[in-house]
Amino acid sequence: MARAVTNKTKVWNTVTSGTLGFLMFFPILWILVLSFKTEEDAIRAPLEVLFASDWTMDSFAAVQARSDYFKHFMNSVIISVGSTLVGLLIAIPAAWAMAFVPAKRTKDVLMWMLSTKMLPPVGVLIPIYLIFRDLGILDSRIGLTFVLMMINLPIIIWMLYTYFKEIPGEILEAARMDGASLREEVIYVLTPMAIPGMASTVLLCIILAWNEAFWTLNLTAANAAPLTAFIASYSSPEGLFYAKLSAASIMAIAPILIMGWFSQKQLVRGLTFGAVK
Amino acid sequence: MGRIQLKQVQKKFGEVEVIPPLDLTIEDGEFTVFVGPSGCGKSTLLRLIAGLEDTSAGNIEIDGADATDLPPAKRGLAMVFQSYALYPHMSVRKNIAFPMKMAKMPEDEQNRRIESAAKALNLTDYLDRKPGQLSGGQRQRVAIGRAIVREPAAFLFDEPLSNLDAALRVGMRMEIGELHKKLETTMIYVTHDQVEAMTMADKIVVLQAGVIEQVGTPLELYRAPRNKFVAGFIGSPKMNLIEGSEAAKHDAHTIGIRPEHIDVSTTEGQWQGTVGVSEHLGSDTFIHIHGVPGCDPMTVRTVGDIAVKHGDTVFLTPNPALIHKFGADGLRLI
Repeated sequence: MARAVTNKTKVWNTVTSGTLGFLMFFPILWILVLSFKTEEDAIRAPLEVLFASDWTMDSFAAVQARSDYFKHFMNSVIISVGSTLVGLLIAIPAAWAMAFVPAKRTKDVLMWMLSTKMLPPVGVLIPIYLIFRDLGILDSRIGLTFVLMMINLPIIIWMLYTYFKEIPGEILEAARMDGASLREEVIYVLTPMAIPGMASTVLLCIILAWNEAFWTLNLTAANAAPLTAFIASYSSPEGLFYAKLSAASIMAIAPILIMGWFSQKQLVRGLTFGAVK
Repeated sequence: MGRIQLKQVQKKFGEVEVIPPLDLTIEDGEFTVFVGPSGCGKSTLLRLIAGLEDTSAGNIEIDGADATDLPPAKRGLAMVFQSYALYPHMSVRKNIAFPMKMAKMPEDEQNRRIESAAKALNLTDYLDRKPGQLSGGQRQRVAIGRAIVREPAAFLFDEPLSNLDAALRVGMRMEIGELHKKLETTMIYVTHDQVEAMTMADKIVVLQAGVIEQVGTPLELYRAPRNKFVAGFIGSPKMNLIEGSEAAKHDAHTIGIRPEHIDVSTTEGQWQGTVGVSEHLGSDTFIHIHGVPGCDPMTVRTVGDIAVKHGDTVFLTPNPALIHKFGADGLRLI
């Protein structure tokens, strides 16, 4: 018998979840509000901010005038999309091998790759910084693309491995019987069948790379600086400029927020893929 | 052409030997069925021939040429899988075209073959559908279509009908039989269902634990099973195997008598027993009879409208000419 849900419980559930949702979203909402205020208004008491001050787009104009938003935006796009695509190129064959021709230690290798995500990034900051300096790729898009790709690679391989495991081996054997070479088997059969899974992997990795702030802040200065560095540049030793910082934040997070909003169905499907048979 | 020869072929998974060295020849154009209980190695044998598994020792020759180390695609064989193994993202047309596309066949030739296969398999109206929109029988036909268009040296079927319901299975059995008559191509068919084996095969290979127990035509296997295992496996319902004093009367360790070779009478006969469960099929009745020495229960196949009921006493007389005799080692005597 299904558990009976009384109307009172329903109301209580709705109110609680609504409140929690609002609390979680509140910081972003507040940034949105502040971005439409002047610097003087932005530091007033919250109620005054909301009701006793004017709304203006000045902060956005000031931010764009001071630092080139589009340059940072393009850097973010190139680094996040680039690192994800290069990661896919490496992860597809890796996940294929682990899913379809597993060796004795495949599970251990998978766990080891995941364990690299447990290492605090700051632990390898100095060696990586020095390597980047010696290779001359500090503050370059290539360097950043590489490091973000390496960071997300375990996630991409894990996700693809899970999706590939769902594909029946007989279908790949059928392709082999039909005369497909390994390359053709991967291109014509495996990849199209794993597309829903790959799409959510791509989305998740773009989001992770877009939001990554540790390496992007430490390994860039001006040329390759993505939007994370763009936001950080508004927290300066001269003080915090709340309105401009908020405007910069809104401009930085808007693209990925919009993308996430439109692709949420795909993301949820991809992340729960295989969870329920 | 499609003559397949296995010479001392052996398969081990790690330390476990699933197929001890085995010899077998499948002649060109023959419909050969590998039959045996689950886990007897029949699918593994088929996969060795297909090239989906590597042999541990021995040679596989196709039309006289050594194919042991050839990849599956180069062997010129087509396979139909139990799960159909269709490409779910491709339409029926693209599924059937796939092997030809891989062979880089000209497009007009591809289309000609697709049309002709679709016509032969009643798939013309479904060419633009995806496999997910088809019924089980239609999917199986697409899988067969995909195999036909390659014009392979031999077809390999791995329990292709076991996912279909009983009625469809009988229909598909006929269709595959017709197809074999029409194409005259070598076919190797794996099944655990001895009825499929009996009805379809030119030659049956009975396997147990990776060992070939007997090779022969369906009637050879039925009439002269080489040992107790084949005797019990081929024929439905199973042959009754009787040990003890009744067998000793025939100078054998075990005697076997098929259910259809026993007469039932309510008045007189060689053995006396009590009727247990009766299965009425309309055309026939299978009666399980208890109390016959050395064989309990004994199954008897008799006419459809026999008037006996549970608990009745009946008398059974086997046809003496059709009694099979086996020695203590399980092998057929004489």
